[in-house]
Amino acid sequence: MALDVLKVTIERGPDAAAAQQSFDVPAYENQTVLDVVSWVQQNADPTLSYRFACRVGMCGSCAMMVNGVPRWTCRTHISKVLDGNAVTIGPLRNLPVIKDLAVDMDPFFDKWVEAEGVHHGALTRDDPIAPVDETTVERTTANTGIECINCSVCYAACDTVTANKDYLGPAALQRAWTLLNDAKDEGRASILDAVSGKGGCHTCHSMGSCTAYCPNDLDPMSAIAGLKRETARSFFRRGRS
Amino acid sequence: MKELRLYMAQRITALIMAPFVIGHLAVMIYAIQGGLSAAEILGRTQGSVLWFLFYGTFVVVVSIHGAIGLRVAASEWAGVKGVALEVFMWAVGLCLFYLGAQAVWAVTFAAGVGP
Ligand code: SF4
Ligand code: SF4
Ligand code: FES
Repeated sequence: MALDVLKVTIERGPDAAAAQQSFDVPAYENQTVLDVVSWVQQNADPTLSYRFACRVGMCGSCAMMVNGVPRWTCRTHISKVLDGNAVTIGPLRNLPVIKDLAVDMDPFFDKWVEAEGVHHGALTRDDPIAPVDETTVERTTANTGIECINCSVCYAACDTVTANKDYLGPAALQRAWTLLNDAKDEGRASILDAVSGKGGCHTCHSMGSCTAYCPNDLDPMSAIAGLKRETARSFFRRGRS
Repeated sequence: MKELRLYMAQRITALIMAPFVIGHLAVMIYAIQGGLSAAEILGRTQGSVLWFLFYGTFVVVVSIHGAIGLRVAASEWAGVKGVALEVFMWAVGLCLFYLGAQAVWAVTFAAGVGP
């Protein structure tokens, strides 16, 4: 592949589709989508706004829409996404645009808290450290969801988030599920309540875009299915007591 | 907790519906053997407590299941919210029940084959 120049279209402004700008960016052998955006900002238009930090897929701040697909741009090689020699890069879907490629992630993080995706501890610093049995089903279940980097790719991929602004979304619900399975978390009742309300886990249509697009190969769809099972169980238990 | 209750109502009615759908399909296949006539159908259903309960229950669970499903569609696709959404759900449910109940009533208690 001996491309010299990449035709890069960047969607700028809240009305992204109407504010497209094209740039010619030199092609390199080894180049990520984030490298391309950085080249534009450093060489063509210093006013271009975007967000990144770690550049190694750890911090979750660099996600953007690339040819209409949500991706972590620092770990996406440009050759994987080029259409001929062209690529279109836009701000992440389902979140308000602040400027250019930078979106306001507050709704995404607020929903983590709404889903009770916070630690519910019962011990104090004076208590001995509780041992964690690595072999239990609960622990292995929790382990499948803990590598989430809060990148919001799944949130951008989810059509249910688009259709229902109250929906907590895949990442927040997956965190609720890992905490529900965490022996050190004491928030069972409040988590089940939080995910059973308006916009909770029952809103999910199990179509699996979240699982298909998560760059870390996590499976929020199955985590949400787990929450549905647990809430159904507690529904029957409550009915009996 | 309303969301959870609606979810459970929809899943439970789905569970109940499964055997009814299979039963209904089986009867349909059985009934069309050798042609289909109103008299044949009415001969089976008229005055029958069993068929009345079968299709009566079927109508009730379909009304609940369909109304909750369309409530979601109306909210996500058409942006219907709040009181309007609840009114819509009840209207769909009652309408389905009215149509279904009328049919069940007719095949069970109707006097005879119409013109
Ligand atoms: S499975 Fe659920 S959370 Fe995942 S994309 Fe579909 S609706 Fe959204
Ligand atoms: S679940 Fe995956 S896609 Fe969603 S925020 Fe976490 S790492 Fe990103
Ligand atoms: S810059 Fe940190 S994940 Fe991409």
